[in-house]
Amino acid sequence: MDDKLLDLQNVSMAFGGLRVITDLDLHVNRGEIVSVIGPNGAGKTTLFNLVTGVYQPTGGNIVFDGASITGLEPHQITRRGIARTFQTLRLFLNMSVRENVMAAAYGHTKAGVFRSMLRTPGMRREEREIRELAEKRLAFFGERLMGYRWDQPAYSLSYANRRRLEIARATATNPTLLLLDEPAAGMNPKETQEITELIELLRTDGGYTILVIEHDMHVVEGISDRVVALDHGFKIAEGSFEEVATSSQVIEAYLGTGGMARK
Amino acid sequence: MDTFIQLTLNGLTLGSVYALIALGYSLVYGILKLLNFAHGDVFMVGTFIGFGALQLLGGTTNPVVPAWALLALITLAAMAGCAVLGVVIERFAYRPLRDAPRIAPLISALGVSFFIAYSMQLLFGSELRSYDMFSLSGGALYTDGFDIGNVRVPMIRIITILAAFVMMILLWLLVTRTRVGKAMRATSFDREAAAMMGIDIDKVIVFAFVLGSALAGAAGVLFALRIPTYATIGFLIGLKGFTAAVIGGIGSIPGAMAGGLVLGFAESYAQGYISTRWSDLLVFILLILFLVFRPQGILGKADIRKV
Amino acid sequence: MSGGYDDELTRPLEGALEASTSEGPTSPAVGRDEWVARHGDNRTGRGGRIGKLEERLRVVPWWAWLATFVALFCLVPVVSDSGYVRRVAFDIAIYMLLALGLNVVVGWGGLLDLGYIAFFGIGAYAYALLSSDHYGVHLPSFVSIPLVVVIGATVGFLVGLPSRRLTGDYLAIVTLFFLQLFLTVTTNGDDLFGHNVTGGANGILNADPLSLFGHELPPTLEGGLFNPAYMYVVLAVFVVVYVALRFVNLSRTGRAWRSLREDPLAAEVMGMPVNSLKLMSFAFGAAIAALSGTFVTALSGSVFPLSFSFGILIIIYTMVILGGSGSQPGVVLGAVLIGILLELLRDPGDSRVLFYSAILVGVVAIYRFSVRLAVIVGGTLVFGIVVHSIAGAIDNGWVNGSGGEGGGVADFAANWVIVPVQLADWVAPVSYCLLVALALVLTLVHGWARIALLIPVLYLAAFVWENVMISQPEPTRYIILGVILIGLMIFRPTGILGEKRVEII
Repeated sequence: MDDKLLDLQNVSMAFGGLRVITDLDLHVNRGEIVSVIGPNGAGKTTLFNLVTGVYQPTGGNIVFDGASITGLEPHQITRRGIARTFQTLRLFLNMSVRENVMAAAYGHTKAGVFRSMLRTPGMRREEREIRELAEKRLAFFGERLMGYRWDQPAYSLSYANRRRLEIARATATNPTLLLLDEPAAGMNPKETQEITELIELLRTDGGYTILVIEHDMHVVEGISDRVVALDHGFKIAEGSFEEVATSSQVIEAYLGTGGMARK
Repeated sequence: MDTFIQLTLNGLTLGSVYALIALGYSLVYGILKLLNFAHGDVFMVGTFIGFGALQLLGGTTNPVVPAWALLALITLAAMAGCAVLGVVIERFAYRPLRDAPRIAPLISALGVSFFIAYSMQLLFGSELRSYDMFSLSGGALYTDGFDIGNVRVPMIRIITILAAFVMMILLWLLVTRTRVGKAMRATSFDREAAAMMGIDIDKVIVFAFVLGSALAGAAGVLFALRIPTYATIGFLIGLKGFTAAVIGGIGSIPGAMAGGLVLGFAESYAQGYISTRWSDLLVFILLILFLVFRPQGILGKADIRKV
Repeated sequence: MSGGYDDELTRPLEGALEASTSEGPTSPAVGRDEWVARHGDNRTGRGGRIGKLEERLRVVPWWAWLATFVALFCLVPVVSDSGYVRRVAFDIAIYMLLALGLNVVVGWGGLLDLGYIAFFGIGAYAYALLSSDHYGVHLPSFVSIPLVVVIGATVGFLVGLPSRRLTGDYLAIVTLFFLQLFLTVTTNGDDLFGHNVTGGANGILNADPLSLFGHELPPTLEGGLFNPAYMYVVLAVFVVVYVALRFVNLSRTGRAWRSLREDPLAAEVMGMPVNSLKLMSFAFGAAIAALSGTFVTALSGSVFPLSFSFGILIIIYTMVILGGSGSQPGVVLGAVLIGILLELLRDPGDSRVLFYSAILVGVVAIYRFSVRLAVIVGGTLVFGIVVHSIAGAIDNGWVNGSGGEGGGVADFAANWVIVPVQLADWVAPVSYCLLVALALVLTLVHGWARIALLIPVLYLAAFVWENVMISQPEPTRYIILGVILIGLMIFRPTGILGEKRVEII
């Protein structure tokens, strides 16, 4: 039976007259890895922005873990257990690698301004815990983001490492649901393979439920329990990877009607 | 009823001047998204250039040209001088910061504003300077005119209102009917795309400053015809012109005109019906309310941006 | 399957360890990166003697710097008997406090608060209302001052609340208008619906001096000299505020502020309530400004609307930006430098020394010790001598104008700069505008053309300084501040000690 962690009910998003998402029903069950695919402009990143509260839907309702999150502010939604990465990497570039991850722990920590001014034992203990949490999250990626790297500014990282840092940062918010926006973008085949394994590991070791936007079909094939295809803001297919990849609407959306010939 | 007419007349006169200043703010903000704090001081320089030109032409007591020519010449002088000033400011204080974070040109503008105002004070002192239009043609500017009911509409006000409106109409035509105007509007929508379409962004920006500063210069003369000027007047009047631009919708040309008039009327009625002391306060509260509840002003459009 | 996270998310990826240590054409060169990373620091510092000095200085802990600074500051009343000098020290201490507060808003919160001085004024007025004859309320200092801080924070919160959704430009406007509102209300506040609340343009008089542990601190000692105790009190408060703010900046709040400066959207999505954080920095700044206001009123026993004009605003802003927005030591340094600058400008003799020192430091900084420097300095001297002689030969009255108050620099100026006995009206505006125009042209030319132009420009600058600016400190100070701000934004927006940042567009 479905155990819906995230449930978009008839969600629509329009900017003035431009309808970006129309009447979308989409859900993610606990423990699932669901991929969202579709040509550019299909509304995939808008979907993420809606779920994380960056946009307010112009229609419909978004339910997370049983409660409606429509209309909440992004930081409130994050505290409820949703974290994301960005398609165009939005790291805190002038902060160190470790600090980037520590910053994301804000939502589940509580040392206030006055306790910080006085440096109470409670505040110092919490700082230590935040630091340890950050280092743990970074250790997940092995040697790549370890040791001396922790004190380096984020802008000094390679592209692939930046993508990993972004994921590490997102996990530091202690989420239940992870939204990964094109995690394999710009990666070479070896890195792509690593990302595929990583996402699976995030589910098995981290226990996260994951919703992924991805263009690279190898990755989609490797990770997904279920695939949802969008085009021009509509859901055009849903099912296993094979079902969606061979669906005629999906092929048409990507390749145009002439593409029917290749199968 | 007479009070109402008089106050409306005041509002119209004031508002026309505010509208001219507001246009300068909107023109620059529309293209550069920059609040040109120095604009009020360009206005102030306009008042002084007008004064200087007036003295050069013999002053109001002994002008070497007929009255109408005198007024036209000093206005043109102020417009030309301020246009040059505007171009210089843009070239040296804002252009180097075009790609810097938004806060940088704002602070630079603040610096320019103080530099201009206090340079003027350094060189010309802080006394009031009056154009003394009473003395021109034996006070004809104040005695000639027509009547509405019991209220006299003196020539001087007619000139102010007419001149302002003529300039606004010319500007409107320029922005909507000419290629240059189209280029300006394109640049204000999307600078990069406009550049890719072959529009010379630098020239467009300079042109915007030329127009805005020239209008401020004209506003300066029109203002100083009736009200004495001083070196630091730019702060307060600039603030008001700026209020007008925001109320009308900053970045919008018709908005600047509307905002100027609204502000002029609001200030005039507040002065007349409530008190002169608190009229400024009311105006500021009006602005703050607008900014909080309707930041796009009367005629502006809400900013829609895709993340 | 539960949705919780697991502490065992520490197991490295399969193959990650091998990948990172293997060498080969396709392996990621982690080892090589490490070498680069460790030695990369060698490149980021400045070379030469200054670089080595910076290295040594970086090791000194922050509290050592603070203690040294405070100790030196405390020595001022000891070293100098002059009431004037001690009063200036007090003023600078107040500036330092104000700069710290503005740093929280602008440097840490990233907000352009152009109404900051209004909170300074609110604090000053609130103290006057709570401890003066105005309403007959005379709360002791240890009650009224904390109360004023709370009032300042509250007003800051209320002003910031509706503005929190407004972007940078709009917030600047709203705060600017709030300052104007404050000035209007205080100037006209002697007739607020029939009540005299703020005393109008005449302000409120007879405010109580500070009282510490029951003892009143008189603002002046016998003989009318400024009581340095006031300076010590403000300095003590400064230290407390500095340390407290430093701890806040190092905590999760400071981290959140840094994040929201980097990327507000990402910060928000990572769980940080950006609007609340901005509001907090705004209120903090307001509270500190209000705190500063209390001491000013307590010392002078009165408060007037004119003390809180836009002029003060630009002074504090220049201090913060010059020192380095975001850096506490920076803004304190900025406060001291600008504070001293303003005082020096008041006296023509000091002004003169300041001018020539600034010119020398400037050309040395730009041209270092080189042939070009020698040409510039030598050339300007010679140019001046020649022009001065010619002018003196044409008409004696052209060069004999300076008062000749003693001092080496004054003598030098009298014999080198053309100082006419009587200045024709047109000379000041023409020479000034010419100077500005040529200075702008200087930025357009390069190389030897620039040096050739620089020589007459320097002489012209000395002429304008001597004849026009030295005698008018008030407009001169704002002209200089304006130029500093423009120059900083164009050439060094991070100021002296501000954090160097990598901006990605």
